[in-house]
Amino acid sequence: MFKLIAKRLFLGLITLLAISVIVFIGTEILPGDVAQAVLGQAATPETLAALRATLGLNEPAYVRYFIWLGKFLTGDLGVALTNGMPLDRIIGQRLTNTIYLALYAAVVALPLALALGMLSAAWPEGTFDRIVSSVTVFFISVPEFVIALILVLIFAVELGWFPSINPRPRWSDFFPTLGAMVLPMLTLVLTVLAHIIRMTRAAVLDVLKQAYIEMALLKGVSKSRIILKHAIPNALGPIVNVIALNLGYLISGVVIVEVVFSYPGLGRLMVDSVVFRDVPQIQVVAMVFCAFYVSLNILADIGAIMANPRLRYAK
Amino acid sequence: MTPLLRIEGLVVEGRPPSGMWIQTVNGVSVDVAPGEVVALIGESGAGKTTVALGALGYTRPGTRFKAGRVFLEDREILGLTPRERRDLRGKDVAYVAQSAQAALNPAIPIGEQIAESLILHGIASGKEAMKRSVALLDLLDLPDPESLAHRYPHQASGGQQQRIMMAMAMACQPKLLVLDEPTTALDVTTQIEVLKAIKDVIRERGTAALYVSHDLSVVAQIADRILVLNQGAVVEEGGTGEILARPQKEYTRTLLGAVKPKPSRDVAVSDWNPAEGQKPILTVKGIDATYVNPGMFQTVDREHHVLHDVELDVFPREVLAVVGESGSGKSTLARVIAGLHPPLGGEIALDGTVLPPHSRQRTKEQLRRIQIIFQSPDQSLNPERRIDDAIGRPLELYFGMRGSEKQDRIAELLEMVGLDPDYAGRFPAELSGGQRQRVSIARAFAAKPDIILCDEVLSSLDTVVAARVLDLMRELREKHQVAYVFISHDLSTVASIADRVAVMYAGRIVDAGLTKEVFSPPHHPYTQLLINSVPALRQGWLEDVIATREASAGMASNVMLHDPACPFRVRCPLVIEGKCGSEPPPRRDMGQHHVVYCQHTESELAEHQRLLD
Amino acid sequence: MSQTTAAAPTQRKRSKRARPRPDFWAWLGISIVLTGIFLAIFGPYIAPYQVGELVPGASQFLPPSSETLLGTDVLGRDVFTRLLYGARLTIGIALVATVLGFVLGMAVGFSAAEIRGRYDDFVTWLIDVFLSFPPILLALIDIASLSSDLWVLIGTIAIIHSSRVARIGRSVAMNIAALEFVEVARARGEGLVSILVREIWPSTIRPLAVEFGLRMTYSILFLSSLSFLGLGIQPPDADWGSMVKENLNGLQTGAYLSVLAPALAIAILTVGVNLIVDWLGSQSGRSISEELTK
Repeated sequence: MFKLIAKRLFLGLITLLAISVIVFIGTEILPGDVAQAVLGQAATPETLAALRATLGLNEPAYVRYFIWLGKFLTGDLGVALTNGMPLDRIIGQRLTNTIYLALYAAVVALPLALALGMLSAAWPEGTFDRIVSSVTVFFISVPEFVIALILVLIFAVELGWFPSINPRPRWSDFFPTLGAMVLPMLTLVLTVLAHIIRMTRAAVLDVLKQAYIEMALLKGVSKSRIILKHAIPNALGPIVNVIALNLGYLISGVVIVEVVFSYPGLGRLMVDSVVFRDVPQIQVVAMVFCAFYVSLNILADIGAIMANPRLRYAK
Repeated sequence: MTPLLRIEGLVVEGRPPSGMWIQTVNGVSVDVAPGEVVALIGESGAGKTTVALGALGYTRPGTRFKAGRVFLEDREILGLTPRERRDLRGKDVAYVAQSAQAALNPAIPIGEQIAESLILHGIASGKEAMKRSVALLDLLDLPDPESLAHRYPHQASGGQQQRIMMAMAMACQPKLLVLDEPTTALDVTTQIEVLKAIKDVIRERGTAALYVSHDLSVVAQIADRILVLNQGAVVEEGGTGEILARPQKEYTRTLLGAVKPKPSRDVAVSDWNPAEGQKPILTVKGIDATYVNPGMFQTVDREHHVLHDVELDVFPREVLAVVGESGSGKSTLARVIAGLHPPLGGEIALDGTVLPPHSRQRTKEQLRRIQIIFQSPDQSLNPERRIDDAIGRPLELYFGMRGSEKQDRIAELLEMVGLDPDYAGRFPAELSGGQRQRVSIARAFAAKPDIILCDEVLSSLDTVVAARVLDLMRELREKHQVAYVFISHDLSTVASIADRVAVMYAGRIVDAGLTKEVFSPPHHPYTQLLINSVPALRQGWLEDVIATREASAGMASNVMLHDPACPFRVRCPLVIEGKCGSEPPPRRDMGQHHVVYCQHTESELAEHQRLLD
Repeated sequence: MSQTTAAAPTQRKRSKRARPRPDFWAWLGISIVLTGIFLAIFGPYIAPYQVGELVPGASQFLPPSSETLLGTDVLGRDVFTRLLYGARLTIGIALVATVLGFVLGMAVGFSAAEIRGRYDDFVTWLIDVFLSFPPILLALIDIASLSSDLWVLIGTIAIIHSSRVARIGRSVAMNIAALEFVEVARARGEGLVSILVREIWPSTIRPLAVEFGLRMTYSILFLSSLSFLGLGIQPPDADWGSMVKENLNGLQTGAYLSVLAPALAIAILTVGVNLIVDWLGSQSGRSISEELTK
């Protein structure tokens, strides 16, 4: 097992490296003069030349890459082009906010989704299953921004229960802040919930088709025990994969949600950087996002390995 | 005396996904007395498993009970509530499945799965239940029961898994055991241990059993009475001895007739001898092969060598059989010859010309002259393509045939294998297993090859169907003068068709020569073990075999593929300590083209070996 | 087995392939999708106005009237017209991107499954790298460097799809490539393309059809989200996501229709595709889970 895990970690590192190359190429090398884009109307030949020198744009590409990578790894994240503020501070704060939001949503969504998914699989084509199925079809078909808008319309505008924007979450007042974040959290939860429920249901149903489940029936094991002790341990691997897959949905959801609710998180920062063409900021934010994404995927893979006795104890 | 199990007029219906209900079991009645073993014999689709599952009050998804009653002691079980049925399953009646690998839960440790039955039915709990699990594992002769109980099913071998299933079934000391083809998926040499274990445990506990099988020889070893089923109805029933000696019905006689006699010098059918100075059409020399193709992150592992220095000749128009059990490498050898599995070393020559290792590198002529037929009728034909497409492709590819010329030839080929030419427009799903194998044969012959590699082509077929297909193959060989490389684990079949035999063990050829020479002593100790492991169609054979030294040495351990010396030594009754483990066994020429690789000389072997009959 | 027919020698009976039967929900989905495709093709011909045209004499956020079926939007344009034009862009881009992504993904995935060895290891790793990129990030970076040009959007979405399709295509193809009839074809010396197309592809149609549907829904949602962020389709062109963004202010004054119409359009179309996907996915045999309900 440890060999497998080590291999996975190693692959993850190489993947991150490859991603850094892609990010770098995407932002600095593709057509579109960065200096021109940043200066826009204010560009004169002198200012362009000056900016290019500052950004080190005159060096060959691979040199620029290694300089950039070196700085990144040593913690020198540079400053934002738009306002000159040090990036590590900006990002640190925003990252914290986004993590809290994501965790908030995950803690609410995961247990609920897994439970609903398993219950649906326990009585397939039953009333409960059909209702859950219809509701989830709806929620996976509606884009997050629409769900966000509907929630805002109902709960913020009409009912006034929750605020519709969140410009400055104060984590020292933990619970009131959580209360103020209900709408963005709900938006995230509703989408991810639907996906996880469907995939969990499929994974469990798949396991229930196996021969050892029939054997358990023939041993006289009751249905609830079959599901809990016989089916779920075998579904853990696939379920962990389901969770990993939904991290993707969570991350794209976070971006939209932060924009709609004006929440000061990393997602909104990313969008702003793109709108303002703030290259250094784009690069750092992208790398942070990807690093998280990759790490979570690695954790999910490791979880799947450990959940499968055939991989835990090779013959 | 009241029977323990009484099934009365059982009628079961099944429904294909989009069709109507049809009867699969038409009024079957079975009685099993306490302590009695009753066998349900029949071909696939006869309904034997369905009837056996009825004894547990269970029907598979897509089937339902239409009529009939099932009494366990004096309780009628089809009318019970689900909870009452759950109570008796595992406790009064227990099931042993055909494939232990599929039936054991891969995520639960072995001991826990056994203990579950005890805990569920309130017989023991916690530590006591685990202790009893270990005791059960010991009862079934499993090695190191203490630690085995804490391991997972995938860490045990096939034969061990089957015995674990037995342990699980016997946990609550049921009065009736339902065994569904428990040894069908096992090697012949493993089958003996498992049969012995089953018989011992049943006798010791006085358990009655319903034993489902298609193999009459196996059933003869263990059953007191036999019921013959065909198409959902009982054809004949009686005591085992009676049925074997004096079958009354036509169908029973057909079944018995299809059972081949044990291989031996007298049974070996062929008198063929390679003519003087005749050159082989195919030579295989020094072939080494591994299991995995090296990829980016994998290096060649010594552990995974599947073939070791294999050497073979195939003469024109002969039938050369390659026999071995699972792990012997025989199928890999076929694929190496066909160009599907490039070897690590060695060469294969067709008529003197060396063949490139991969099929893509070979010329069309070279490919045409060697054809291959595979084992599984379900997988050998593309389900999305019609029969004429499957047979027509080689005609197009090798002979450039098109249009009506091609269609006519396809019709000819179909008739040649005994199928109606109208089948050309059908899909494989519309044909039975035997018919599909015939199509595969037609496809191979379409290329007019010199050599046909037959990889276990009869193994997935019912005995009767297989016998007919074998007849067809014999006939075709006579007519078309092709050579067969016939790969099989079934020695009786091999004895009835092969001119020469090569026996493989752990990726090596250990014994090769004319069939009648190889199948009678002196020969390699493994060959001896194989032949003695084939059940004879008589009662009492199992006890005889167990009494001899050979069989007890046959307790299988994991086959060692990378061994530089003789890998058979751990099971060999004639092993020479020190010598057999340190050097590779030398090649012994026994005359008449018979070659054996063993430390013993010919006379030493002749002295120690004796075939059971 | 059916009887032989007394037919002329050159006329052989050919079996028909099994045809799947859609149920009510599947038919609903199919009709929604067909309507959407119809509107995508013919929308602009049906529309009463031009896409950027201001309705003469009208002001913003008017309720539905005889001239404007769904009222006007923030700039006084006909919502219904923009909805129809939006159908063309939304569905058109989603379809093209999905097809492109699919073709690329299948080529990569199938070839990796058949060739195996170092090529497969490399391809798998490459797929993993691309899968490690949160899609929205990839889109943002692309748009930042290359602008929101139509083909940039299509290309980005296609790349996002291709890695996912490659992964599932590879896994499905590998299952089939291991079957005996494919080995027989290899032993015949059939070339790589012949094996992929003749032997492997026909058996992959059903599972991949499900995947195609899922990818389509993803395309639609993703595109609308990008447009909503202001990074997708730019004005005066309309797609349903950008329409939502433009008319957000209307919510405060109670003019919901200009926002709800495009939002509902997205939802309905996606639900339609999902209904078809669900039906396709359920086309397998019965399972033990049914037995458990007894």
